[in-house]
Amino acid sequence: MNKKQKKMLTKILVSTALMILLHFMPITGILRFILYMIPYLIIGYDVLIKAGKGIINRQPFDECFLMAIATLGAIAVALSRSGDYTEAIAVMLFYQTGEWFQSYAVGKSRKNISGLMDIRPDYANIESNGHVERVDPDGVEIGSIIIVNPGEKIPIDGIVTDGNSTLNTSALTGESLPRDIVKGDDVISGCINMSGVLKIKTTKKFEESTASKILDLVENASSRKSKSENFITKFARIYTPAVVFSALFLAFIPPIIQILIGDVPMWGDWIYRALTFLVISCPCALVISIPLSFFAGIGGASKAGILVKGSNFIELLSKTDTIVFDKTGTLTQGVFSVNGIHHNPLEDHELLRYAAYAESASSHPISKSLQAAYGEALNLSRVSDIKEISGNGVTAIVDGKSIAVGNEKLMDSLGIQSIRCHLFGTIVHIAIDGEYSGHILISDIVKPTAKEAIRLLKNHGVRKTVMLTGDSATVASEVASDLGIDEFKAELLPGDKVDEIENILSSVTNPSNNKVAFVGDGVNDAPVLSRADIGIAMGALGSDAAIEAADVVLMDDNPKQIASAIRISRKCMRIVHENIVFAIGVKFACLILSAFGLANMWLAVFADVGVMIIAVINAIRALFTKKFTE
Amino acid sequence: MKKTYSIEVDCANCASKMEDAAKKTTGVADCNINFMTLKMKVEFEEGADPSSVMENVLKNCRKVESDCEIDF
Repeated sequence: MNKKQKKMLTKILVSTALMILLHFMPITGILRFILYMIPYLIIGYDVLIKAGKGIINRQPFDECFLMAIATLGAIAVALSRSGDYTEAIAVMLFYQTGEWFQSYAVGKSRKNISGLMDIRPDYANIESNGHVERVDPDGVEIGSIIIVNPGEKIPIDGIVTDGNSTLNTSALTGESLPRDIVKGDDVISGCINMSGVLKIKTTKKFEESTASKILDLVENASSRKSKSENFITKFARIYTPAVVFSALFLAFIPPIIQILIGDVPMWGDWIYRALTFLVISCPCALVISIPLSFFAGIGGASKAGILVKGSNFIELLSKTDTIVFDKTGTLTQGVFSVNGIHHNPLEDHELLRYAAYAESASSHPISKSLQAAYGEALNLSRVSDIKEISGNGVTAIVDGKSIAVGNEKLMDSLGIQSIRCHLFGTIVHIAIDGEYSGHILISDIVKPTAKEAIRLLKNHGVRKTVMLTGDSATVASEVASDLGIDEFKAELLPGDKVDEIENILSSVTNPSNNKVAFVGDGVNDAPVLSRADIGIAMGALGSDAAIEAADVVLMDDNPKQIASAIRISRKCMRIVHENIVFAIGVKFACLILSAFGLANMWLAVFADVGVMIIAVINAIRALFTKKFTE
Repeated sequence: MKKTYSIEVDCANCASKMEDAAKKTTGVADCNINFMTLKMKVEFEEGADPSSVMENVLKNCRKVESDCEIDF
């Protein structure tokens, strides 16, 4: 509770006590009026002042003004007829209690949500002149050495220069398995150091570090508004004036008609009905509960390691109908490794040596895996005349021998007969001095959770799954049928993937309700990520490019998170719709009841603050996402 | 230039009214209020002096929501 809330609580209690006391005192006439005004003013003076200010600033249609008119009107009715002032006081009390409760609930949920995203590091330990100093991480320069003790958060991204430990990354990834860290590893901010002391050389500034970026992203997510929010904003804009004018209509037109037809005008009744109208006219329940639902949904998702960059993407994600996957790095581990060496007259190791040297200038994953399989440091003076033949392979002179390393096309162009492999994967043929010397099978491994992920997606209403890959059709069909993917397109160049997405987008029958998501590793598929309705980048921890390009970022590289993301978004949207229907429904019901004189002020205040509180509590449910991540 | 300020306001509807008021202030190119985080993000027009613009922003916001606070 903050100061304002405490003060309001006191006011509520004091005026309630006074009102009950007055109820048992047999006073009549003007003294009764004056005495009853004391609890009324205690509870309502700030509302009256705010209403006055609103009129001066020509902003009359705010809720304080409405409450002021409604309660003053009730007092006027009491003064002239019943003498029952309790209603005006009770309505004001009820309203203030509701406001108090709302402010408390919102404050509480604000705390809960920011508590969930408690990855902001508060300090960094810097070593200077032999002793450790605690400093603001904001001022730490790139290249400084920071010390992270067990139990502390890593404040800034960097490389471990000394020590080893295990890190808890769950606040970032939702993954509870700790990660082992040794000297030379990259570490990212926001992780918690669990066991050993680490010395880290920072590679980024604090505001560029992962933790800061994620927080910034989540906090700004609500500025990208969803359709539901825009609807509510527009609705609220016309709702309040419409109800206020209906109230005016209700106060004057029926009595005038009754006078015209020679009836009793019943001014008091109609004005009372108009006043209840005014109380119901505040759109606050809608205006707060919808963004709060999205905010809670985004907060809950980020707890599960899923960053959603805007409320609009929650909405789109919930309508996912087709999911397009990039193969490498998304469904497969993206780590190529040598899985076989066939038809070679030489020793395996020697063949790998030639291949590794010939490919030494390339940064392609294939050449990296060749070098990894060779396992020895390369002496680059042993290789010369490296020629890359784009899309085919390389030729080079290694230890005086002319080496050709590449695919079948390369062998064909050199007039060398190659032997096909019966296994799936990337086949690297090698010729030494024009002589075929066997091939190396390099393949990628399907992620262990990929199959389960596809099954979950199907179970949760994703109609179609498509896989795009630059790989050969044989590899693609193998992977697709193994995982249960509906369609695949193979041998695509990066530019082709955009065309494929365009095709898929244009083939969707109902584009406003069936959305196409693309899932990639975010490294080289930025154009595709941005072209799809929803771009999902996965395993993006520490990759700025991916966080930049995608709409939804999966911190972990587990494809099951895609299904979790969709389920979280569906729950969030369900809550949003419940709140819209509930709040508008109750308000309209109360409006109709009060127009016919069936609702009193109490019900009207319930329609205002009661609905709001229920909607806020419902919105908070979007925060709980645990069951979707198992 | 963009700057973020902490704000104090009671209800979501009032926050969106403040946002509208801030947007209409001279020197403000765009403004976005996040009621959940109680942050106001203001994008200033070129050459505008943030602190003097913010004084006007506060004045305009007070007109629509008399007890709001902006921390600048």
